[in-house]
Amino acid sequence: MSTANPIVAARPQGFFAALSDSLADWGGVVIDSVTTTGDLTLFSLKVFSWLIARLPRRETLMPNFYQVGVLSLPVIALTGTFIGMVLAVQSYFTFRDLGLETRLGAVINMTLVRELGPVLAATMLAGRVGCAMAAELGTMRVTEQIDALESMGADPIHYLVVPRFLACIFLIPTLTIMADFMGVVGGYVYSVSFLNIDMHHYWYNSQRFVHSFDLFSGIFKSVFFGAAIALVSCYRGFNCTPGAEGVGRAATAAFVWSFVLILVIDLMLGKMMYTAYYQWFPNASKLF
Amino acid sequence: MADRINLSDSPLVQVRRLRVEFGRQTVLRDVQLSVPRGQTLAIIGESGCGKTVFLKTLIGLIKPTQGEVLFDGQNLQNLGDKELVQQRIRFGYLFQNAALFDSMTIGQNVAFPLRQHRQVNDGQIQELVLARLAEVGLPDSVVVKKPAELSGGMRKRVGLARALVMNPELMLYDEPTTGLDPIMSDVINELIMSTRRTHPVTSIVVTHDMRTARKVADRVVMLFPLSRLAPGESQIIYDGPPSELDNCHDRRVRQFIHGEAGERLMELRESRTSLTT
Repeated sequence: MSTANPIVAARPQGFFAALSDSLADWGGVVIDSVTTTGDLTLFSLKVFSWLIARLPRRETLMPNFYQVGVLSLPVIALTGTFIGMVLAVQSYFTFRDLGLETRLGAVINMTLVRELGPVLAATMLAGRVGCAMAAELGTMRVTEQIDALESMGADPIHYLVVPRFLACIFLIPTLTIMADFMGVVGGYVYSVSFLNIDMHHYWYNSQRFVHSFDLFSGIFKSVFFGAAIALVSCYRGFNCTPGAEGVGRAATAAFVWSFVLILVIDLMLGKMMYTAYYQWFPNASKLF
Repeated sequence: MADRINLSDSPLVQVRRLRVEFGRQTVLRDVQLSVPRGQTLAIIGESGCGKTVFLKTLIGLIKPTQGEVLFDGQNLQNLGDKELVQQRIRFGYLFQNAALFDSMTIGQNVAFPLRQHRQVNDGQIQELVLARLAEVGLPDSVVVKKPAELSGGMRKRVGLARALVMNPELMLYDEPTTGLDPIMSDVINELIMSTRRTHPVTSIVVTHDMRTARKVADRVVMLFPLSRLAPGESQIIYDGPPSELDNCHDRRVRQFIHGEAGERLMELRESRTSLTT
């Protein structure tokens, strides 16, 4: 009994045909990547040009500030607290074996303010707000609401993207400070209450090794994380393909690409900032 | 708003050799059309023939691959952003599913164009919004509701109120009666006609509902899908008054207006077979 699928049967067979198909597929991926990068750059330039030309109205900005800032606070505070405690749990045994458990405060707080606080706040923002932005704008695209905006003489980037961008870049530093603070509290409570670390040494070593530059670098990086989350998520929403599947893909892509960008920006800015810092302040104290 | 209408004889909309492509797919090819001021034109045709694409190209939501669209003598493609916005205020667009903003109330939806473009105070805006809603037969109480709380017919009427709130010179209707029951469809048809009576407006109605086309239009244009046309054949296969539709000798037009599948099912099966071999 022959059940050959005519579509499959029609494809050319053989090694060279497979190689050619594979090359064509890779070519398609490269073209798509270059096109998307170019599109995203143009999209970002439009957002920046609107920032210079005209800011959105207060009534358009406020709901976005509320959505990004106020509604994200509880989840960021909660995750920050647990990250602080997890850091204490994970670091304690290694530091105890080295006889350095009194320096636990330094490592927990430095890790939090330099890296985990900003990256965690940005990741939560990408998950909670970025996905929602992509899904909301994607649904607006699919249901022609973005076309409706344009048909009424409103610029969709000015009306929809600029307020979200501003909300992200202005509020992510606050969320980062909240994540840092709650992480510090969580790490302290766990270390002192459950691991019996001496409170005096915990804070003494923290203030000795954690500098205001560490806090500043985390907050400074977070602004770039916020910008990346807003731009990528809004871009994905604007370029959503039709249907429920398209909206789902836009939301997923928004989170994945935001997260990748957060890590890339973190690496690049971290490297640049600390290279510059140790060049300017060669005598800055090290942990060991 | 009669003073806003230019009473010259030149058509309000002129489409010249319009071609629209998406990637490798050509949707519209060499479409030529003029719409005189004050006319109500119905564009009919089966799904996928490019009616909505045509409508969106008229307002500049889709950029033509070739050809030009002139509105009141101005080529929309040559306009800068600010000038394009000024022209778009002269359009009203009723979208297929109304495209109301989910996050706003009905009142905010209808007031949106006013807040964007007119320097009027809140009291005046409220007055205009209520007047427009009354015109489409909606009570004042809907202003505080969200679009999700309304039926399909009510949403369409809100969409119509929003499209009319700026007193447009050209109204574009995209499938205004699709998805509505026969009575509500007729209500929308009556509203399109009453809009024309009360406002000096030129209208283009995209529809595949023959009752709508016959009832509201002065002129009917039928588009045919490019994939089933002979090379070089015009995509407009009918252009004339609705009363002449029944006398048209083109079999494709007769089939469409009578809603007969004819050999279409066989064609679809054949095209599927040819795609898979």
